[in-house]
Amino acid sequence: MAVPIAYYLVLSAILFSIAVGAFLIKRNIITIFMSIELMLNAVNLSFVAFAYQWHRVQGQIFVFFVMVVAAAEAVVGLAIIIAIFRSRSTLNVDQVNLMKL
Amino acid sequence: MHLVLFIFFGGLCVAGALNLLLQRHPINSALSLIVVMSSLAVLYLLLGAEFLAAAQVIVYSGAIMVLFTFVIMLLNAGEEERTHGSRAAYMVGIPGVAVLVSLLAFIFLSARSHLAQARLGEYVVSTSDLSKVLFRDLLLPFEVTSVLILIAILGAVALAGREH
Repeated sequence: MAVPIAYYLVLSAILFSIAVGAFLIKRNIITIFMSIELMLNAVNLSFVAFAYQWHRVQGQIFVFFVMVVAAAEAVVGLAIIIAIFRSRSTLNVDQVNLMKL
Repeated sequence: MHLVLFIFFGGLCVAGALNLLLQRHPINSALSLIVVMSSLAVLYLLLGAEFLAAAQVIVYSGAIMVLFTFVIMLLNAGEEERTHGSRAAYMVGIPGVAVLVSLLAFIFLSARSHLAQARLGEYVVSTSDLSKVLFRDLLLPFEVTSVLILIAILGAVALAGREH
C-alpha cells in the first residue's frame, strides 16, 4: 500500500511545530537546545521526502550536511551551557540575562 | 505494509516529541528525543535512504544524544521550575503553534495531487550512488565541513575547558 509524500511532509510539519512549542514553553536551557535538534530532524524528514519525490540524490546529501553541522553545533552549544552553568550555577534561561559569562 | 509502518513509526515520533514537551525533567526529555530520532531512522529507510538511516542512528541517537545525556548528568540538572516568563510563552506559543501546524498541513494536503506516492523499495539510494555525488560534485563543501568540525572542536575546548 502506497503512502502519499504529503503525509510525510505533514508529519514533518507536526514535529517542527511541536519543537517550536517546546522551544517557547520550556525554561531549561538543555531542553530548549534539544528542541532545536528536533526542529533540525523535522526539516531533515522533509528533505528526504522531497528527495524521494524528485528522485534526486542531492536532497539526501543536504541531510548529510545538516547532520554534520548539527553535530558541530551540539558540541559548541553544550560547551556554552557548561560555561554558563559554571559561572551562574543555574540552567534556567530566565536567570541568564547578561551577555557576559 | 508501508502504510502500517508509516503510521506506527510516525505515531511513535509524534508521541516522543509530545513527551519531550510535557516532561519536566531534562533526562526524560532526552530519552524521548532518542525515541523520536530512532523512529525517524525507520522512516528514512521507508523512503529509500539507507545510508541516512544508518547515519541517523549512529550520529544522532548515538553520538549527539549521548553528549546530551552526559551533560545533563554532569550538571546534575533537576526539574525545571515554573517562572513568570513561561506564562506569556503559553499564551502566545500554543495558539501560534496550532496556527503553524494547521497552515502547513493545509498547504501540503492541498498540494497532494501534485506529489508522488511512496512505495516500498521503489526508489532506493545506495551508499555508492550517494558517495558518487558527494565526492565528485560536492567535494568542496565536504572538505569545508572538515574545517567546520575542527573549529567546533577548538571552540568547545576553549569554552568548556577553561578553569576558573
